[in-house]
Amino acid sequence: MQDTIVMTSTDFAIQAEKVSVSYGSTLAVKDVFLDIPKNNIVALIGPSGCGKSTVLRCFNRMNDLIPGARVEGRITFNGQDIHSKQVDPVQLRRQVGMVFQRPNPFPKSIYENIAFGARINGYQGNMDELVERSLRGAAIWDEVKDKLKESGLSLSGGQQQRLCIARAIAIEPEVILMDEPCSALDPISTLRVEELMQELKQKYTIIIVTHNMQQASRTSDYTAFFNARATEQGGKMGYLVEYNRTEIIFQQPSQQDTQEYVSGRFG
Amino acid sequence: MTAEISRDTAPDLWKPNRDRSRLIEGIVKVICGAFAAVSIITTLGIVATLFFETLSFFGEVPFWQFLTDPKWTPLFASKQFGIFVLVSATVMISFISIAVAMPLGLLSAVCLSEYATPRVRKFLKPVLEILAGVPTVVYGYFALLTVTPFLQIFLPGLKGFNSLSAGIVLGVMITPMVASLSEDAIYAVPQRLRDGAYALGATKRETVTNVVLPAALSGIVSSLILAVSRAIGETMIVTLAAGANPTLGLNPFVPVMTMTASIVQVSKGDVPHGTIGYQTLFAVGTTLFVMTLALNIFSFWFVRRFREKYD
Repeated sequence: MQDTIVMTSTDFAIQAEKVSVSYGSTLAVKDVFLDIPKNNIVALIGPSGCGKSTVLRCFNRMNDLIPGARVEGRITFNGQDIHSKQVDPVQLRRQVGMVFQRPNPFPKSIYENIAFGARINGYQGNMDELVERSLRGAAIWDEVKDKLKESGLSLSGGQQQRLCIARAIAIEPEVILMDEPCSALDPISTLRVEELMQELKQKYTIIIVTHNMQQASRTSDYTAFFNARATEQGGKMGYLVEYNRTEIIFQQPSQQDTQEYVSGRFG
Repeated sequence: MTAEISRDTAPDLWKPNRDRSRLIEGIVKVICGAFAAVSIITTLGIVATLFFETLSFFGEVPFWQFLTDPKWTPLFASKQFGIFVLVSATVMISFISIAVAMPLGLLSAVCLSEYATPRVRKFLKPVLEILAGVPTVVYGYFALLTVTPFLQIFLPGLKGFNSLSAGIVLGVMITPMVASLSEDAIYAVPQRLRDGAYALGATKRETVTNVVLPAALSGIVSSLILAVSRAIGETMIVTLAAGANPTLGLNPFVPVMTMTASIVQVSKGDVPHGTIGYQTLFAVGTTLFVMTLALNIFSFWFVRRFREKYD
């Protein structure tokens, strides 16, 4: 039995309709439909080359920065088409934050790493408070409160990643995109980030790309399984196989491919 | 069952000549070592010559006088050896040149690496590097015959030989060096730092000025320092355009004589070997050498101190 939840479009933070992305003449991912409900964690899983990161980067228009990248289809954020002329990608990225695969703190002090985003977005309030609140929100305050002037690069990998999460939440986005945020971290740091995600989902919608199926099943409410098939040009083209509540994807998926992937038979 | 690995060829078909390869390796090592030694020996030779000739110069001219004389007249009957007369000209011209090359070079580097499309970049970068291939004597005449008359339209007090146009043209000459080296430094900044800034809602300009340039700072500063030491050592432009009139002071409108120009003057011919005039060559040369060495050491230190390590 599959429980169908009736939702209206105002319950969705992001909706993707028939989204395809190509780089140059290569189609990377084709016809993705994905509705991301607010205040949930949605995991995108699948084997390498299935386009899950590519899809993620559509949601804050990071693909705009890649020469030759083209996104087709319709993506809405709070009902607004993000490719419409009224939408400035710079403004969109303020509302749809991102945490990357490898921690990428700026070569600035820990304080400035947080303050930078606030400053460029014209934050007029008390900066010290914002920095503290963000660092607390990312569960790293106690570790760095005595060395805010030190370089962000002096931290360990797990701390750097939580600093990057703090940086992302400092500008108070509505959605946080996480592109394999734990792939460069050790298991303890990974656990801390996962715990953090559970806290963050009270306030934010989180979309996480992960290679780690346990991570997807532990942390997410919904899971989208992507797969890739070989194309005639010898490349790989990704597509969405199945999208549902995480427990359904992991326990009774409707597709054979999903079943095989989540049980570890390939990927 | 034997554990033997089956092979496609019989073992006796494989007869490597180990002795011969060992011999060749040894010979190659010696040849490479010899060629590498040439440059080291040459450098040591230059340093030794400079050192001993400078020592004998200071045997006749007290070091104090070298530092404090208000005039540089080693070829006159009343000899004075104030090195700062030459140093002031060199420093002033280098300063003017870097004031030109820093904005020009840095902005071109930013434009090339961050704003230009790959196609424009592919076209522009070689063009910029051609500038570096123009012979300096051409730059010198350009300064003397084109830039100076042009500047005289606006600055009537400007003499025919002057530091200003020499410095400006020297700046144009070192611009490709600043641009190319800074561009390398900017290019080396990992893309994920830019992505991080864009993902926070930074515009391109904010990303460049707040993230990319600070991250590339050590490379940019070292490119500027290398360019300055190139400017200090540059000879042809300053000899042709700045004149040969040792003047103490920092007035860019009048003829001066730089350290390099004084070396040209002495080594051009008339000064007999072994005289004190001849020995000034080495004293000035050593001063020049010490200045550029100090700059290079500073740049080396700066890069190591401020380089951001990205694994």
